[in-house]
Amino acid sequence: MQELIKRAKELLADGTVVRVLGWKAGDLPYNPEPAYFESEDALKEFVYNGFCGANLSKYMIEASKLEGKTLVFLKPCDTYSFNQLIKEYRVDREKAYIIGVGCKGKLDIEKIKAQGIKGIQSISGAELTDPCETLTIQTLYGEKTCAYADGMLERCHVCKGKEHKIYDELIGDSKDTKDADRFALVEQIEAMSPQEKFAYFQKELSKCIRCNACRNVCPACSCRKCVFDSNKFDSAQKANADSFEEKMFHIIRAFHVAGRCTDCGECSRVCPQGIPLHLFNRKFIKDIDTFYGEFQAGEDSTSNGPLTSYTMEDVEPGIVGERG
Amino acid sequence: MPMMEEKNTAMETENGEFRPKIVAFCCNWCSYAGADLAGSSRLGYPADVKIIRVPCSCRVNPMFILRAFEKGADGVILCGCHPGDCHYSTGNFYARRRMTLLFSMLDFIGVENGRTRVEWVSAAEGVKFSTTMNEFVEKIRSLGKNVRLEDLRCRS
Repeated sequence: MQELIKRAKELLADGTVVRVLGWKAGDLPYNPEPAYFESEDALKEFVYNGFCGANLSKYMIEASKLEGKTLVFLKPCDTYSFNQLIKEYRVDREKAYIIGVGCKGKLDIEKIKAQGIKGIQSISGAELTDPCETLTIQTLYGEKTCAYADGMLERCHVCKGKEHKIYDELIGDSKDTKDADRFALVEQIEAMSPQEKFAYFQKELSKCIRCNACRNVCPACSCRKCVFDSNKFDSAQKANADSFEEKMFHIIRAFHVAGRCTDCGECSRVCPQGIPLHLFNRKFIKDIDTFYGEFQAGEDSTSNGPLTSYTMEDVEPGIVGERG
Repeated sequence: MPMMEEKNTAMETENGEFRPKIVAFCCNWCSYAGADLAGSSRLGYPADVKIIRVPCSCRVNPMFILRAFEKGADGVILCGCHPGDCHYSTGNFYARRRMTLLFSMLDFIGVENGRTRVEWVSAAEGVKFSTTMNEFVEKIRSLGKNVRLEDLRCRS
């Protein structure tokens, strides 16, 4: 962290960048939030630890419209989103100075709390430079420990790799934390009967409170005008008029980012209700992979997306029924 | 509105038999003309099929299909020009990819996928239009009423 601050100060001082986009400490020990820093003094508040899951790529859309260059810290998986935004002409590569930061997997406070750790006062071991495999947590009820891997976000268990896809310089080492198959749950659901599938999604989606956090946080979901802001859209009101509204919202949300979703997992991370929203995105990714060939959005910043290209020999939509 | 209700029930059941509501999105250049040909050739298809004319099959946004279901449709069918014959050269290729993904998603969340279909019907295929619609209505009739996706306000 000190190394990042030092480098940021240097770049601010020599005029390469006019502002820094990073994370600052939140009001609790485990909720740092994205922030801009415009002076060396302000950088005192800068933090980078295991809870800095927030993907800063989306903030670069705004930063690209400002005067001067912005220094942005991107984790390996965030660089995919940045590439995707370059492809869509939403961010200006010339306006960004990218430092690829190391990442050893990011933490999910809900997973830590789910292990019965309550009343958290401070957490140590979440720093990137800490070699230890366990977190030591000071709580109101004494000291607790939790294995780092057990507290990791779902998306880090299916890590896309430790390689930064786009950067100006790299600071810190990353770790590939993949220890699960990202399509495992999708496949499990596909194998269910229609009744079971329906019941599963009914249960999950009925938790939705329409806070729109999943839309707001998504780097791919960044249209200036959004269909969900229309008064005519059926989930515009907060009260449920029927049980299909949430499903419609979530299908449309996932559909609008299909072929552009880098599977960064931000939607599931921010959902206050803990809905596994990544399932929708992954279902689309899996279908795209099987029907139109392997595709990873954000792998590069030039190739055509699967929904903006076609071949004469594409499968017919009827395949869905035939596949069973 | 009691009168509306009576009318609705009359539409849905005739002699105690279920009558589905089916929405057909037809592209202006091929399938709509195909429907026309079916009519002028005196080929029948059930009145349960309500045709909505669209400029091209790729005009159909996934939301149109979901909204049709939400508002009480029992089946939705999309008809367009044969791939390669699109009036706008490539529209139906994009539509084909979108619909494949959408149908797969509907299947994923547990809506029987027999309720959605895509068929390519050219302006010369009046017979195909009529047989497709007859088949589709029969299929939906066998699946019964769509209770999973509908807006409760639209029924009874």
